[in-house]
Amino acid sequence: MAPILEYTLKSIVLLLIGAGGFAYMTLVERKFIGRLQSRIGPNRVGPFGLLQPMADGLKLIVKESITPAQADKLIFFIAPAISVIPALIIFAVIPFGNSPWLNLAANINIGVLYVLAVFSISVYGAVLGGWSSNNKYASLGGLRASAQMISYELALGLSLVAVVLMAGSASLNQIVQYQHPGNILGWLIFRQPVAAVLFAITAMAELARSPFDLVEAEQELTAGFMTEYSGMKFALFYMSEYVKMIAMSALFTTFFLGGWSGPGAQDSWLLSLIYFGIKMLVCLLAIVWTRATLPRFRYDKLMAFGWKVLLPIGLANVMVTALLIVLRVPGYR
Amino acid sequence: MSSFEETVSRLLKIPVGYATVLRNLFSKPVTLQYPEQKKPMSARFRGRHHLKRYDDGLEKCIGCALCAAACPADAIYVEADQNTNAERYSPGERYAKTYEINMLRCIFCGYCEDACPTNAIVLEPIEFPTGYTREGMIYTKSMLLEAPPNGVPTTPQATQPGKFDRSIVPYPPVDASV
Amino acid sequence: MTPELLSFIILAIISIAAAIGMITSRNAVYAALFLILNFGTVAVMYLMLNAPFLAIIQVSVYAGAIMVLFLFVIMLLGAERLNERETRPVMRWHRPLAIVLGAFLLALALYVLLTRLGQSTASVNVFGAGPLEIGLQLFGPYLLPFEVASVLLLVAMIGAVVLTREK
Repeated sequence: MAPILEYTLKSIVLLLIGAGGFAYMTLVERKFIGRLQSRIGPNRVGPFGLLQPMADGLKLIVKESITPAQADKLIFFIAPAISVIPALIIFAVIPFGNSPWLNLAANINIGVLYVLAVFSISVYGAVLGGWSSNNKYASLGGLRASAQMISYELALGLSLVAVVLMAGSASLNQIVQYQHPGNILGWLIFRQPVAAVLFAITAMAELARSPFDLVEAEQELTAGFMTEYSGMKFALFYMSEYVKMIAMSALFTTFFLGGWSGPGAQDSWLLSLIYFGIKMLVCLLAIVWTRATLPRFRYDKLMAFGWKVLLPIGLANVMVTALLIVLRVPGYR
Repeated sequence: MSSFEETVSRLLKIPVGYATVLRNLFSKPVTLQYPEQKKPMSARFRGRHHLKRYDDGLEKCIGCALCAAACPADAIYVEADQNTNAERYSPGERYAKTYEINMLRCIFCGYCEDACPTNAIVLEPIEFPTGYTREGMIYTKSMLLEAPPNGVPTTPQATQPGKFDRSIVPYPPVDASV
Repeated sequence: MTPELLSFIILAIISIAAAIGMITSRNAVYAALFLILNFGTVAVMYLMLNAPFLAIIQVSVYAGAIMVLFLFVIMLLGAERLNERETRPVMRWHRPLAIVLGAFLLALALYVLLTRLGQSTASVNVFGAGPLEIGLQLFGPYLLPFEVASVLLLVAMIGAVVLTREK
């Protein structure tokens, strides 16, 4: 029974970290985007606004949860849960540090595929939420979500194929180990810059974050698939967005920024955890920075960009990487 | 080929945008912490209404309701009553017994100021009307009327007969001998 | 009863219930959701057969990509509920054909089940665990069927592009 206990405990801790991370990521985002726009951001609740997430959470809990009369009640009810579960279970394969107890299942040799599979089912929350609301804005948001996710998943997968080719393994732990030895140039962002950029762009699209936030484009679709949601169900959709954001940052760190590696990280679990945290935070801030900078895509441009630009680039990158590996070019295995 | 160069030059503009946004991080926020810090207002800013008094403590308002007539939002309600020498509120015959402004309807256009024959009502750049209830946003006369100058008794005052027959003191004072 | 058998029975019940639910749903979105549930249980069965790669592919390709497309089309066309009066005359010959084909499939499945009943499950575990083994199998002994399937998919893809191309 010992492994079951171990995995249960680790899962609980990971879920708590996911939920807490979600709460404070909202604050980090609001503070940071505030500063980027020459504002201050929330600073009223608690010192520096540190209790703002609690206040928001409390507000959402006590708010009335409205179900539209013409909605599909069952699906309307479970859509937020369908949305938040894939976001949380991505953490299972991420190595947070060098110690075996700092990850849940980072050693499985299909880690990358697991990530792709989880992302491919994470769209259901948005699609079903949009459809069951029986609201034209929500339906359009759900439709956009499904089309966008399918289009960008391919390029996302192709960028990871290059990573797997380089590391020679689809286990996230192996990928980190591959990048670990030697200097900072071992990081895949330097040896697979195209894949890194591709992953960054498609990850933003998968997250439906600005500039790809057509799913909830306020000016056109009110709040997209979330239009009819209120109270805790709305909070769950929000949670899934932010938890996915954290997971994507952790994945980018793992795939391209050397994961937990850094000077002295091999010997100290604390140091490796700190390195991982710092790299992940940089990625998260970059996502917020992008939101503050870039305007939203137009829908047809988004589709054209995904299929006609990113997909060919991804295919070409896989081809070139494979060629370099076969020709045994130094630095490519 | 020009379209390729165009694409490249457009792509190169993206980092410029990122840098522009990041530059704000190192600048001072323009936010004012409102209740504690207030933005200096122009002296002629039309804030909330005040009912003025003369130096001797009598109210300028004579209850003529021209402000209510001028109000495009129909926000002002005035009820006039008769002054007596024993209980005098304003110079002249009448005074405003009730004077209410619904701040939720008011559009702060300042027409009441223009209409007032005695300059009794003034919109001043201080103290913005805020409240939690609709009832609380109807400002009554006691809330609008400013306090009398120091050492001067408030209204109603007992005055000697004949002193305040006219409600409007000619201004500038007309010398009858000229 | 071992835990494995118990979980298999539970999974099988869910799987069959989902399949029946998919067929009997009057609402196309519900039918699609039941199918996704069915795919999910099949993926877990792959996991129990010690084939995690197949399980993940099952989720990612069938539950993730294909069913999202199905839902997309259903929602885009607003075809959640079919109008029976309009569809029934056109589809008249479908029902007998479906019954015949279904009976044939059932007979085939029963034949396989009955003839293979005594054999050990170890022979089923051809693909082993990981992507490496699958790759070696696909590009080794099964190269020809793999390439034929690839060409077939390519032709279908080109056909789709040609059919939807603007003049």
